[in-house]
Amino acid sequence: MSIDASIFQGLSWNPVTDVHRLLEFHFMVNALEAGTTVAVLAGAIGWFMVLRRQTFAGHTLAVIAFPGAAGAALAGLPLAFGYFGACVAGALALAGIPGDPSRESAATGTVQALGLGLGFLFVSLYGGLLNGVSALLFGTFLGITDHQVLTLVVVAVAALGALAAGGRPLLFASVDADVAQAAGVPVRALSLGFLLLLGLAVAATSQITGALLVFALLVAPAAAAQRLTARPLRGLLLSVGLGLVVTWLGLALAYFSVYPAGFYITTLAFVAYVAARFAR
Amino acid sequence: MLGSNGAGKSTLLKVTLGLVPLRAGTATVLGRRPGDANADIGYLPQRRNWDASSRIRGVDVVRLGLDGARWGVPLPRLGPDEGRRRVDEVIELVGAGRYAERAIGTLSGGEQQRLLIAQALVRRPSLLMLDEPLDSLDLTNQAAVAALVQRICREEDVAVLLVAHDVNPILGYLDRVVYFAGGTAVCGTPGEVITAETLSALYAAPIEVLRTADGRLVVVGVPEAPFAHGSRHEH
Repeated sequence: MSIDASIFQGLSWNPVTDVHRLLEFHFMVNALEAGTTVAVLAGAIGWFMVLRRQTFAGHTLAVIAFPGAAGAALAGLPLAFGYFGACVAGALALAGIPGDPSRESAATGTVQALGLGLGFLFVSLYGGLLNGVSALLFGTFLGITDHQVLTLVVVAVAALGALAAGGRPLLFASVDADVAQAAGVPVRALSLGFLLLLGLAVAATSQITGALLVFALLVAPAAAAQRLTARPLRGLLLSVGLGLVVTWLGLALAYFSVYPAGFYITTLAFVAYVAARFAR
Repeated sequence: MLGSNGAGKSTLLKVTLGLVPLRAGTATVLGRRPGDANADIGYLPQRRNWDASSRIRGVDVVRLGLDGARWGVPLPRLGPDEGRRRVDEVIELVGAGRYAERAIGTLSGGEQQRLLIAQALVRRPSLLMLDEPLDSLDLTNQAAVAALVQRICREEDVAVLLVAHDVNPILGYLDRVVYFAGGTAVCGTPGEVITAETLSALYAAPIEVLRTADGRLVVVGVPEAPFAHGSRHEH
């Protein structure tokens, strides 16, 4: 308890009191709203990403998000603009690479290196706050504005709506592309559409977890859910549920302690994945 | 449909589905243009294997064959689920009831193949096109799947167009044979096509066709020996 007491300052260990304290400040309510939105979006899109084995494409988009956000900061634009712009452009670029983008590791790897390099350049040129870099790479839950929350909700609702409308053909194309194509499913168009949705999910998630820790919410809950069930709908819901628990707990722990939210969210996501692996 | 590697068997199936355009000539499928009749065709492409990391149930794969191409959210309907009943029916037909609820990646090649045949059948097609359904199965499973296809053909009243590399497991079930070789094809009953004369002419090489005591035909001497079981896996 002595260690807990020093790390978790202000934690009363009474759940009701602690939840009240958690919601005491507006910035924390915003953080929880944004985190909830992102967890739902990343859980659903991530489930398809893991099923389609496109985690490498997802990672590439996350790395591209960094220079996008840094460039937006440099140009004096809203960060969200940089995140979404870069990820959507990245998704289009990935779709343009001939062959399977998730397997074409050399081309995507080269793009990743360039992305990180550009991001570093933009941050250096910006020359602003030093912890700006760590916030872009590893996330922050401080200072999320009402406007940012609204943007995330609008993007998430649109992306999830598109996913709901095209979910079944997308599932068909993901597990069985040849037969899906013969059955009239536009496999190539869905592949592009999914990369765009993935870009949106990565851009949204980056704003909470940072560009490098996106996978905590995009991969770990989805991979854990797929270990636990082979039923599509149940897996999707489980993925979203795990993402929500990880995000809420991570943000709460970060609020009451001295360590960053990114650390808690990744650690909890990792624990969930390992537990799922051992459960099955 | 028999013939060597690269003779054009799979390509012909894709032409039939409208996935590959014809460079010359015309094709008519069930009285329609290629691609227009796909709703009445059950298709099982070549060599599909799910590895252990594929976390989707066999029954889901079969269900996708029924309504996977439909857009929109599948709403839970009142009353009995006709789709589910049809899915259960074809799974029972192929004898996959015992393992259809398991993740497809954990199943054996033969079990996966049965589920895929169920998927191809689920929309009650009038034409079932199976591209090398016996490939990568062991001998026991080859015989079992071949017998299953024959039974489906009769019970479901569906025409079966089957591409095979190894003629022996299906020889007893063939009504007609299309034999591809040397850029051309010969069509007829097995007794007409699988003869030393016809095959020797097709391959431009001496081919022997032997009849075993139980009345089966054994083809010997094909260049590269594509008929001999396992020849493909030795490379």
